[in-house]
Order: sequence, then C-alpha cells, then structure tokens
Amino acid sequence: MFYKRSLATLFTAVALSMGSHSVISASAGDLDAEKLGLKISTEAKARDTGWLDNTSNMQMILRNKQGQESIREIKTKTLELLDDGDKSLTIFDKPRDVKGTSFLSFSHTVGNDDQWLYLPSLKRVKRISSRNKSGPFMGSEFSFEDLSSFEIPKYSYKYLGDEEVNGLDSFKVEQYPADKNSGYTRRIVWIDKAEYRVLKIDFYDRKNSLLKTLAYNDYKQYLNKFWRADSALMINHQNGKSTELHWSNYAFKTGLQDSDFSRNTLKRAR
Amino acid sequence: MNRLKDTAKALFGITTLLLLLPLTAAAEYELSGKLGLEQRLFAEEGQYDQQLEHTQASIFIEPEFYWAWNEGGDSLTFKPFYRQDEFDDERSHFDIRELSYIHVSESWELRAGIRKEFWGVTEFQHLVDVINQTDSVEDIDGEDKLGQLMLNLSLVRDWGIVDLYLLPGFRERTFGDENSRLRAPLVVNTDNISYESSKEDEHVDLAIRWSHSIGDFDLGSYWFQGTNREPLLTPSFEGGERVLNQYYSQMDQFGFDVQATLGDWLWKFETIYRSTSEDDFWATQAGFEYTYVGILDSNVDVGLLAEYGWDSRGDDDEAGAGLSTQNDLFLGSRIAFNDMQSSEVLFGLGADLDHSAFSFLIEANRRIGENFKVSLDVRLFQSSEPSDPLYSIREDDLLQFGLEYYF
Repeated sequence: MFYKRSLATLFTAVALSMGSHSVISASAGDLDAEKLGLKISTEAKARDTGWLDNTSNMQMILRNKQGQESIREIKTKTLELLDDGDKSLTIFDKPRDVKGTSFLSFSHTVGNDDQWLYLPSLKRVKRISSRNKSGPFMGSEFSFEDLSSFEIPKYSYKYLGDEEVNGLDSFKVEQYPADKNSGYTRRIVWIDKAEYRVLKIDFYDRKNSLLKTLAYNDYKQYLNKFWRADSALMINHQNGKSTELHWSNYAFKTGLQDSDFSRNTLKRAR
Repeated sequence: MNRLKDTAKALFGITTLLLLLPLTAAAEYELSGKLGLEQRLFAEEGQYDQQLEHTQASIFIEPEFYWAWNEGGDSLTFKPFYRQDEFDDERSHFDIRELSYIHVSESWELRAGIRKEFWGVTEFQHLVDVINQTDSVEDIDGEDKLGQLMLNLSLVRDWGIVDLYLLPGFRERTFGDENSRLRAPLVVNTDNISYESSKEDEHVDLAIRWSHSIGDFDLGSYWFQGTNREPLLTPSFEGGERVLNQYYSQMDQFGFDVQATLGDWLWKFETIYRSTSEDDFWATQAGFEYTYVGILDSNVDVGLLAEYGWDSRGDDDEAGAGLSTQNDLFLGSRIAFNDMQSSEVLFGLGADLDHSAFSFLIEANRRIGENFKVSLDVRLFQSSEPSDPLYSIREDDLLQFGLEYYF
C-alpha cells in the first residue's frame, strides 16, 4: 500500500512537469496530430491520478421521447490501481426490484475485464461476460463502456484543433477505440486547456454517424486536485432519448483496500 | 417441533444481540422487501381426485429488516416470508429466510444465524448447491430454499476463500398435500419422519468449501458431511391410506464446480460424489451459455443455453428409477431487451433421453413504473412412461401470472 502511494505521487509529479513543459509548448506545431492527441489525453489522465480510492452516489434519470422518466440510484466504490485498470464495486438501490444487486469489476487496460454480478434473491454470485461493452447500462443511454474507467491504451488519438466549450478554451481530440467490441468507431472529446477536464464527448456509432452527445456540468475540485462534475447529460440523437446523471457524496482517499473488492464484499455490499 | 425449537433458539440469540446493539446515531437501519400476488391457471383438472382444479391464487410477503453499525463492520438482517394460498394448506406457509448477524474483519467474516448459501454455476439443475433445504411447495425448479441455521467462518486468502460451516439442526423438505397440484400420486407423509442418525433432525452437519477465481476460471470445491437434503420416499400404509414416508440418510458429499468465462461463451461444469449407506454415486451437470450481444444492431441480447445432466445410478439401478435427471438434455434461450422496463424472457426445454418425457417453460417479466414487476410463466409437461417422475404431473400444465410490489 505504501509502495503504491509513493509511486502514485511520483507518477503524478512526473506527469505534471511533463505537462507544463511539453504539452503546452507542443501547440506550436512541431508534433503531429496523433502524438499531440495522445499527449493531451495522457495529461488529462495524469492529472486525475493519485486519488487512491473514491466513493460516490449516482442518480440516473432516464427519459424517453415522450418525456416519461425512470429513476436509477447506485453507489460506487472504486480502488485506483496504477499498474492495471481500476477495481470497482457498484451497488444498486433503485429501482427497488434490483435493490441489493451488486456488481464487481476488475478492469484491465488490455484484454477483457473480470466481472461478477450478485443476485440477492438467489444469493448467487455469477461471473459474467465482459464482452458486452456496447449494451445499455440499466436501460439508460449510457453503455457499459461509457461508464468504465478511462485508460490510455483503450484508444488511439488524434488532435483536431482548439475550440471553445461553455466559454472555456479547449482541445478537441479524436479517440479511436482499440477494442473491436466497442460500439463506436470514434469519439470526439473536448478537454479544457486550463484544468484538463472532459467537458463534452460526441460518440459516433459503428456506421460512423453521430449517435450521442455527453456534456458534463458544474465541475468542483476535491482535495485541491481532482475535478468531478456534479451532473452530466447524455442525449441520444438517433432515438430521442436522454439520460441525466447526478453525483453526490464524493469522497476520496477513504482508505479502501484490495480486500474491499472480493466476492465476499460483493455479497454484503449496501 | 424441532424446527420451532431452532427458531426459538435463534430468535433468542438475535434478541440478545439486538439488545447489545449500540443504538447510536451511527447505526444504520433499512426496511425493504416485496409483496406479491400470484394466479395459477391449470389447463386440466389434475390426475388425482382431491387435487385443486383449474385456478389457484396466492399472496406472499417478504420484508427485509437491516441494521448495521461500526460503519458496516457489523450487521443484522431479518427476512421473514409468508405465503397464503387459496386452497393449498401446505403452500400456505411461514419461514424465516434470514435472521443473521455478520461481523467483518479485513481477512475474515463471521456469519451466524439463519441464512441461505448458494453454490454452483449451472442453470437447469443445481447439483452442488447443498446447504439449504428446498422449499418445494413454492416452485418445482428447486430454487426456493428454506433458511438454514449456521455458523459460517469465511477466510479470505490470496489463494481463495475458505468457508467453514457448522450447521446445527436440519430442515425437512416441504411437500404438498392431497389437494396440491404438481405432486406425486401418493401424498408425502409430513409427520412420522425417520432418520438414519439417532440425533434425527438435530444432527450437526459440517461443510468446508474453497472457492477462487484464477484468470478466466471461477472454481469451487467442497466436502459436506451430514443429513442428506433429499429424502428417500417409500410407499407405506398410514392410518389406512397409502402415503410416501420420508427417510433422511446421512451422507458424505464431495462437490466441484467450475465456470470458464471466455468472451461471449460461459462454459459450466458441476459434479458431485455422494456416499450414503444405501449407495455411492457420481452426478454431473455441464454445458454452456453463449450470448449474442445486440442482435441485428438492436439493444437486445440473446443468450443460448445447453446443458446435459448425468447420474451414475442411471436408469436400471433401483435407486435410480425415480431420478428426474440421469441422462437429460436441457436447451434454453434468454432474451434481454435492455429497455427501461428491463423486459426479459427465458425459454427452456428439458428432455429425458431415456424416457419419452419433456418439460417446457417460459418465464417472462418486466417492470411497470418504478415499484412494480409483472411476470408470466408457462410450464408444460409431457410424459408417456409411468416410471418417469414427470408422468405424475403430466396433467399439471400451467399458466401463472404474477404481480410484485417492491418497497
């Protein structure tokens, strides 16, 4: 644990110094668009490294074309791993019929994630296939891959230019999923130049037409370092449905450990 | 009677715990649960005179009370269950599904009280799942279980999780009476029950299980020593009537289960070796589940399931004659619509390859609004050989509507 902590600090320090020197001066144009795209994304990831663990509550408001709503409430606990993808535990609270259902995921930067689902009525822990990246999460407009942790090797990159989003000067970066099971050909991500926060994402489906737009709102800074949005809105342009996300009770460095992410914890997660 | 005694004992223990509960502001309390209505419609009148005829309605409630303190390090769960059936007195029943205390430490957990424990990976038969007694009046799929009193120490190690179980007290299987549908020609006598152990239903059973995930494989293996959850049913005369008497032997059972999760394929295998004073045998259930994600560019996932069940006692063996699964093939499909209402349909077909016997099922359900769920189940049975267990329920084809309210 101590080793990981010190490594996290070191990694962040290196990334930050790299950011202040190379990324910003790179806009002078001596790097090609791919390298710059990767640099910007790497910097964004680096700035969001070192939180160790985090817990939060999330409410989803699903809306169909007619404006009918349905509510989902979940809790998440995440453990940051520097040598691999994060470990996370998701606990379902609403709708009531899935209350007590929980989901354990060991994400990997390369290859399929390991995922288990706990079904409280049968008291059964089921290992499930993680190949379903493109499917909807709980009937929402978010797919499983939209909610998984961002890792550099998951995409290749291309810098497209600068644009203003919500009055913030931003980089516009195109990202191409490495996974052939992804539901997208590409995503265009707007990252603000001052703090490297993702402000907006356009998703293009397998036929390369614009499918969805995700916008993050009301960023707040935690522990003087980590930026988290209070809400987000995903609009599906093709079916007219949307999903709103609201986060609350963000907490970082709560002391979660590897042992908090096992099949035993899955069975009693609340 | 002993069941009551056990329950009373557990209730006493839990009450003591509750009194010790530090009722500080930090203690967390939660009430949730479900309330359900069920209507069964039978296509035919039933083979046996006293059986209820075409309709059967029932209502059930299953609340769950949960307390936690020490930031979740200690918790208490109480989950009673009650069903009231229109005609079937045996199906009208009460059970404590859960009344248990959990203490969590970094590398171990202690779980004490009445609980349910599920083991295994397959879908059509749950061979290795042995801790809890089946509540067979609820449904014939064997997935409803009675709460079991236990002391369970769970040790979390780098090389897997080791669970040690001490199981004081045994629960007899629930059976229907004369007017129940989905029963054998003779009614099971629920009084006069005999046991191999002189301690009868107070025999203390033991189990140890190791489970672990290694890469794409999830493995589990156990040894169980105690009262066989499956009774031996023998015809006899009781008060001038022919009935089936229950006899519970002692058994030693070894079990092993593994699932390989390889992309869209789940490969599943379960096996047991059971040794009793009557016989020793092996049984296996194995198969796969393949999921086609997003069929025809939609959000609909279609899963295909196939499993095969085998039992070394086979068909010729005297003990094997009444087996429901000895050389059986199961095929199924699970369709998940992934919509706002979480609509789902499951189709299943079971075929006995030694006899001409088939069973077919459909289970469909979807959410309505935020707190309701509706379900529609169909079960069809066909059998032309009197020696096959399905023969006695071949006229019990049914359609079942369910409405559940979650709170």
